[in-house]
Amino acid sequence: MAHETQGPVDSVTGVTMTGHSWDDIQELNNPLPRWWLRTFYATIIWAVAYFVAYPAWPLVSSYTKGVLGWQSREAVEVDLAALKTQRSGMTAKLAEASLEDIRQNPEVFSFALAQGKAAFGDNCAPCHGAGGGGAKGYPNLNDDDWLWGGSLAQVEQTIRHGARSTSDEGHQGSMPAFGRDGLLQREQISHVADYVRSLSGLPVDKAAKLDEGAKVYAENCAACHGDTGLGNMETGAPNLSDKIWLFGSDKAAIVEGLTNGRGGVMPAWHGRLDDTTIKALTLYVHSLGGGQQQ
Amino acid sequence: MAYAAAAPHKSMTLGEAGSAIAFAALALLSIIIAAKAYTPEYAFHAYLFAAGSVAAVFAIVNRYYERPAELPPLTIDGKPNYNMGPVKFGTIASVFWGIAGFTIGLLIALQLAFPALNFDTAWLSFGRMRPLHTSAVIFAFGGNVLIASSFYVVQRTCRARLVGDLTPWFVVLGYNFFIVIAGTGYLLGITQGKEYAEPEWYADLWLTVVWVAYFLVFLGTIMRRKEQHIYVANWFYIAFILTIAVLHLGNNATIPVSIFSPKSYIVWSGVQDALVQWWYGHNAVGFFLTAGFLAIMYYFIPKRAERPVYSYRLSIIHFWALIFLYIWAGPHHLHYTALPDWAQTLGMTFSIMLWMPSWGGMINGLMTLSGAWDKLRTDPVLRMMVVSVAFYGMSTFEGPLMSVKAVNSLSHYTDWTIGHVHSGALGWVAYISFGALYCLVPWLWNKERLYSMKAVSWHFWISTLGIVLYISSMWVAGILQGLMWRAYTALGFLEYSFIETVEAMHPFYVIRALGGALFVAGSLIMAWNVWKTITAGEDVREQLPQATQPVLVAAE
Repeated sequence: MAHETQGPVDSVTGVTMTGHSWDDIQELNNPLPRWWLRTFYATIIWAVAYFVAYPAWPLVSSYTKGVLGWQSREAVEVDLAALKTQRSGMTAKLAEASLEDIRQNPEVFSFALAQGKAAFGDNCAPCHGAGGGGAKGYPNLNDDDWLWGGSLAQVEQTIRHGARSTSDEGHQGSMPAFGRDGLLQREQISHVADYVRSLSGLPVDKAAKLDEGAKVYAENCAACHGDTGLGNMETGAPNLSDKIWLFGSDKAAIVEGLTNGRGGVMPAWHGRLDDTTIKALTLYVHSLGGGQQQ
Repeated sequence: MAYAAAAPHKSMTLGEAGSAIAFAALALLSIIIAAKAYTPEYAFHAYLFAAGSVAAVFAIVNRYYERPAELPPLTIDGKPNYNMGPVKFGTIASVFWGIAGFTIGLLIALQLAFPALNFDTAWLSFGRMRPLHTSAVIFAFGGNVLIASSFYVVQRTCRARLVGDLTPWFVVLGYNFFIVIAGTGYLLGITQGKEYAEPEWYADLWLTVVWVAYFLVFLGTIMRRKEQHIYVANWFYIAFILTIAVLHLGNNATIPVSIFSPKSYIVWSGVQDALVQWWYGHNAVGFFLTAGFLAIMYYFIPKRAERPVYSYRLSIIHFWALIFLYIWAGPHHLHYTALPDWAQTLGMTFSIMLWMPSWGGMINGLMTLSGAWDKLRTDPVLRMMVVSVAFYGMSTFEGPLMSVKAVNSLSHYTDWTIGHVHSGALGWVAYISFGALYCLVPWLWNKERLYSMKAVSWHFWISTLGIVLYISSMWVAGILQGLMWRAYTALGFLEYSFIETVEAMHPFYVIRALGGALFVAGSLIMAWNVWKTITAGEDVREQLPQATQPVLVAAE
């Protein structure tokens, strides 16, 4: 290294200084640390080697491809293909067999449950909860209370085409807005709400006029929910005589439903998920605890 | 601007008259825009501009009547007559914005652990609070530290008064006005949605004017220097100011919908926009948060340690290597995206080559202590700055590591990145800033020493514990998150749903918030100490300016 300056010597370290001084700040004339310089060179050599091996520099209408011929697009395809191969035997079986047959074959069934669980976590859990426990307005899938039916075929139909969805084949029918649309008066709504609570044995106010409520119910609600409130899966009308309440069982929630109607949407997954995934999801949801035979 | 006439005759300088007229025109324009604004939020901003401009006109005219006929001389008795008013303002502003920014950071950390803390209010939602936090800490706190320290350092190391009479004030006040516009904009929902460049077109234009003035004041002062050479800290300050100007213009190339609308559209599109964004974003880290704060390191550490800089040669080599290599590294933020492979390669390899140039700064900072290591025992301010350089070394090793594609495939989009950023932001940027502020306050207000060294020690230990909690929890969280995202079952399906990975983060988010709370507590101790030093500190007995003559004259 050239000794360009002959500055004074620092008494503490014995190193020559450059002779500069700014606001009393001086500089030692130490050389570049050897290890530092060597590591710097090593990173440069490594970078150049990487340029040679991998796509690196833009050219006029292309770029240097690198001697390894690696491309990220290809790498993804290879990864996906490997995954497909890993699953392939089972995926084929899942695609061919009927839902009922899969349930009888433990090997395929456990594969379907694994695929269903993964698909459920990424597609269904945001509304129905990670364990399928549901939330207000989003049905619990662990119980045997089904709005649109709990057999394999019915569950698949609901997943595939949804409810009140964009699909023409989806379930239709929703709770009318009796109050907002002027079909019922406020007192009538209050009476029928009390009556509905009584159907499932919930306590009602002593002053409640249950007979008035029953009359309103018979005229307006029974067509869908049934004479005794057992519900109807054709219209998705919930069972009102059990302890399960999608939007809450307190009177205010029932009055709210009667006033403004209800109509939660289940999206149609056909077209977004492939057939085997829908099959797997069907089996998974069916297995959560409430699956029915018919 | 030095056109003041002879003593008895007093007249406005060209600068005073010109700026008063310009601000009056801006006030008028702002009122017209406010009247025809498309949205009430934009009208509010226009009124802020109008109020600020009117205040500026009033201040300029008032200042003219108050001041003596002649502008302050450049030297008094042959010694430079430093202009420290704007430096004092920036110093106080950085303490204020620091506490604001750290506190909002704590709030959003708590929101991530307990989402109910957004109180279902748009104003307090994470989406608005997060840019408020990042801008408050980077641009408001960091920016004020940089402007204040650069104005101090450039004067002292050039032995020259700042260029301009009104202009240095315009820079600090105009910059802080930009902060107010940006911050209130986020709260009101005005954003162009570009990370670290959220302010809309009119705020960007204003900042451009302020920044050009900043550059001119800084460069002008260097040209006025009484020293033959330019000190290394000033190289870093110039690199910082110049590059930030280029980045700002490139990444904010937008076309407003109308002068009456806050909305604008960026001229870049698709992956080009992403690349420009991260060219900007990464170099904001490189030139704002690295080059600028290295400048602070290069002045305040040798000054405080009273030792020469370790190696002049290293400072030259690592400076040029750093600024040449940094500008290429941005694409490493876009690994495994639509960005072409070749650009990803360049981003990664230049990040690796950047490792040693970054460490050059660390070596020069740490080794400057050789012969003065004992001072770490007795001086908590120096301790803070040395730990800051250690954090700088750690995060500039971690950065290249994370830019390697194989590592990045695990770390990207996880909280590891957040931990990495904060080891740099809290450990390096904030600590070197605290060190500089602790040095500056007694110097600027002519105090014998800081009010309480014990309080500095408390600040140091409390916030160091906070940083350790923050970084280590984010490392664990990030790596766990990355591993959960990529975990496959034996049958070939993802093992965890996204929501399960979110759930797993909760304990780490709580620990992180605790670390943040400690950091905020430390900054409050600093604010108290700064306040007491200014109001109750012991004055320097005789107003002796610090040695204005170099002890050793260069033997050239």
